[in-house]
Amino acid sequence: MAPMLEVKNLRVSFPTHRGRVEVVKGISFDLGRERLGIVGESGSGKSMTGRAILKLIRKPGLVTADRLAFEGVDILRQSEKQMRSIRGARISMVMQDPKFSLNPVMTVGEQIAEALVTHEKLPRREVNERILTMLEAVRINDPKRVAGLYPHEVSGGMGQRVMIAMMLIPGPELLIADEPTSALDVSVQAQVLDIIDDLVTTKGMGLILISHDLNLVSRYCDRILVMNSGTVVEECAAGELDSARHPYTRGLLAAMPTIDESRDELPVLDRSQWAGT
Amino acid sequence: MGGHMSAIRLSNLDISYGDTKVVHGVNLDIAEGESFALVGESGSGKSTILRAIAGLAPDWTGGISVLGQARSHGVDRAVARQCQMVFQDPYGSLHPRKTIDATLSEPLAIHGVGNRGKRVEAMLKAVGLDQRFRFRFPHQLSGGQRQRVAIARALMLEPKVLLLDEPTSALDVSVQAEILNLLKRLRREQGLTFLLVTHNLPVVSFLCDRLAVMRHGRVVEVADVDLLRSGQLVEPYSRELLAATEGRAGVIA
Repeated sequence: MAPMLEVKNLRVSFPTHRGRVEVVKGISFDLGRERLGIVGESGSGKSMTGRAILKLIRKPGLVTADRLAFEGVDILRQSEKQMRSIRGARISMVMQDPKFSLNPVMTVGEQIAEALVTHEKLPRREVNERILTMLEAVRINDPKRVAGLYPHEVSGGMGQRVMIAMMLIPGPELLIADEPTSALDVSVQAQVLDIIDDLVTTKGMGLILISHDLNLVSRYCDRILVMNSGTVVEECAAGELDSARHPYTRGLLAAMPTIDESRDELPVLDRSQWAGT
Repeated sequence: MGGHMSAIRLSNLDISYGDTKVVHGVNLDIAEGESFALVGESGSGKSTILRAIAGLAPDWTGGISVLGQARSHGVDRAVARQCQMVFQDPYGSLHPRKTIDATLSEPLAIHGVGNRGKRVEAMLKAVGLDQRFRFRFPHQLSGGQRQRVAIARALMLEPKVLLLDEPTSALDVSVQAEILNLLKRLRREQGLTFLLVTHNLPVVSFLCDRLAVMRHGRVVEVADVDLLRSGQLVEPYSRELLAATEGRAGVIA
């Protein structure tokens, strides 16, 4: 069976006054109905990879690839109009901060309804029912009340759950979550990720989880890509992260303090070792 | 007082923003040279306590004393001289139109300290920044370099107490390690007292001696960091925080 998503030699570049700069330098991977984690630090190109898959990179940014296909559909050849029937309906994306990605002048219920009726024509009553079931699925107690609230009236964790509800209600096959919890408290992070994990597993969807947190990704994914300055430096199964070999991955793992920390000094990445740029 | 003075003492501290009281009856005694952490979720009042000590949240009742001196409600130069703050976001806390040199000289000018050029040079060296950064602007620096400047600015007056508000949460993991090492070294070299606000328990384990767990504006538990390391915090809420962190840290295949 062909993989759900095929990415071959994906490149993303932006023009600067010193010429075009490549931020993603030819990465390749396949994704089935599994959970893939992309890890890297700021500027590693991980978010750009996620956006390129949804064709969200606008001019003057330039995306090229030998192959970028979702279920056999060549994404790079789709028109904007054709993309709109893929975006949201078949591939959707949860962004980092619910404060900026929710519309402040629409109620939560209206926004979720919008996501649904854009892709499906349904009678009003059914729309309302679907919204309430979806809000329940993301573990919001009292969904009736929450559906009538505006984004500023809900907490960060609840806002992110609303985002997830909105992204999952059209029933996409692939969910891209770009740092879905980094704007949230530690105590809420686990809850939100558990909800994503639960829904993705029960619906048999594919998941791309983009994050800078190695441990978090290794907990919620099957496979991990480690990115550094636009290239994939290491690919491994989540369980085998401990035996990662690339010096960058090892460096990242060692640089994180642990809860039972006894080291007097944390090892620092020696950037000269592998930085080819 | 057992020989050593307390660096920060809070007694029955209530802090309000307008009509809303956000911190309720906090008592803490932090010894000189100690590194103390305040942990808890957003909205628990931990940053507000730092702001009150620094004079940025003037609406408080109770007592705040720094190195044995009671703090006034207004601008308190004596306290500012001894106690400085480092903020969370190095992108927002440095003046974009001022060079690093101007940023670092300003506290010296305010307090009438001379020999500014030499002091700026020495401080850049202490925080591990090359002299070529001295006449640059913040936008020419990376996040980690900016946080080094923010730490340098806080240390310009040679204070004894440093208030750190999530100093590494806006930084990448590898940069966080550099800043944590820097803070640890500076504390050792200059005998500083740290009061650190964070929600990252591993950072507490690396940098601190004791911690207070806060929830809804109250301190629910004060414990030695050894209890954190061995997972023996007592209060249910502390254990909840610990479980959330361990859940994230545990590698499950």
